Amino acid sequence: MRLVITVVGKDRIGIVSDIASICKDLNVNIMDITQKVFDDMFAMVMLAQMTDTSAPFEEIEDKLDKCGQKAGLKIHTMHEDIFNSMHKI
Amino acid sequence: MVEINDILETISMIDNQHLDIRTVTMGISLFDCVSEDTGRLCDNIYDKITRLAGNLVKTGEDISRQYGIPIIHKRVSVTPISLVARNMDPDSMVKIAKTLDRAANTCGINFIGGYSALVHKGMTSGELNLIESIPQALAETQNVCSSVNVATTKSGINLDSIALMGNIIKKTAYLTREEGSIGCAKLVVFANVPEDNPFMAGAFHGVGEGDCAINVGVSGPGVVSHALKKAPNANITEIADIIKKTAFKITRMGQLVAAQASQRLNVPFGIVDLSLAPTPAIGDSVAHILEEMGLEKCGTHGTTACLALLNDAVKKGGAMASSHVGGLSGAFIPVSEDAGMIDAAKCSTLTIDKLEAMTAVCSVGLDMIAIPGDTPASTISAIIADEISIGVINNKTTAVRLIPAYGKKVGDEVSFGGLLGSAPVMPVHNESSEKFISRGGRIPAPQNALRN
Repeated sequence: MRLVITVVGKDRIGIVSDIASICKDLNVNIMDITQKVFDDMFAMVMLAQMTDTSAPFEEIEDKLDKCGQKAGLKIHTMHEDIFNSMHKI
Repeated sequence: MVEINDILETISMIDNQHLDIRTVTMGISLFDCVSEDTGRLCDNIYDKITRLAGNLVKTGEDISRQYGIPIIHKRVSVTPISLVARNMDPDSMVKIAKTLDRAANTCGINFIGGYSALVHKGMTSGELNLIESIPQALAETQNVCSSVNVATTKSGINLDSIALMGNIIKKTAYLTREEGSIGCAKLVVFANVPEDNPFMAGAFHGVGEGDCAINVGVSGPGVVSHALKKAPNANITEIADIIKKTAFKITRMGQLVAAQASQRLNVPFGIVDLSLAPTPAIGDSVAHILEEMGLEKCGTHGTTACLALLNDAVKKGGAMASSHVGGLSGAFIPVSEDAGMIDAAKCSTLTIDKLEAMTAVCSVGLDMIAIPGDTPASTISAIIADEISIGVINNKTTAVRLIPAYGKKVGDEVSFGGLLGSAPVMPVHNESSEKFISRGGRIPAPQNALRN
């Protein structure tokens, strides 16, 4: 299954690295990243692929959420299909 | 990959605009539970509901987490109990209500619907027993919801059952007086009741349904309101288009969740109910959508037109987004559950008469309206008769959920807590309708019922 991970918060050094290393630790493959910085606000959308060897979804979501809380970032981890169904016919 | 703007839009809808799946409701047929023995019947009902719906809450929570979409309620609707317990006395009926309550608690759901009777043409002794047991059943249970269908376009309006329901509502209000007459919030009187409605309190699993089905009700007044805010100078055609597009997105989400729930629970997908269901939360109000269209206050002149447009656009947008549409499908206008309606009722811009006109163009009816506790039963019946007539003549579902709040008078407020909200007590006409209601009999089916 493919995940969409969105990250929004105050910009600082190492946000992408933090998220990427969580993905690496949990065996989740990053497929695409789009990111922008508006003034000092950081926004990133990451598309990631879960495989048979990936950690369970709950663990991935939990770890990313905790990372977000610790770093003052708002992180959503959601199944890609929710966006496909809402925005594609 | 989906456009970044679309992703952020979805997340904003969920985080800031109260987008959610209002309910995933499992419909369960109880016909195979029938037994002459009350104890056996209750055991059969309990076993079947807990067997089929045992995983409903967990499955809903799993879907909610994985897709990041809040699913507010997980509920169960069952075959109308009057059809399952045909000849039982009122005491046995109450035992069944308590069984439903126990099953709901075991499954972890907050409402179970189907303590119902279909008496639009006539009434069997079992149906009479069920209706007479409703006040006690609702007073002695927490989760059970009840509904009575008193009219259809095909068969006309059963005035006898409407007269009876006026008294039943009064008695329910009295028996639950300690909690603001909350029993009445779980009792709906219908015309043309749908058999696959996922929304409480009127949900039941109809006789034409299969053994089990998943029905989903979506929500999203806040999302529509927000979309309209971004187009302050749009003309009314553009407004209709914005609502259609928004409804499409909301319903697609409902369709996805319904398909997932159906697959994971191994239960057939029934319908998605294309609804705009408000909550008392600020920013989740149908009244505020109407005000966004250009009304100073919901209830003023123009309200019916705005609501008609809203209701129609929601259906047009939603119809293409779901493979099966059903239930009530339309914008709801429950007064106590909508911050904008509450405000408008408090300042008397919104009256029962205006609400009645609004129900002619939307789903569903006079909903969650608190009226004075000393309102005569015949007046309640007459309000029901008016509302039900709108449904019968216009080939649509209408319903009445009135709360004659015991001991309360106009200007007081009744609070039910949670999503049921709080309602200002609204005035009703003081002139009597007693003679009309006491005539009894049936109002014949209208000419437009003869379509064959």
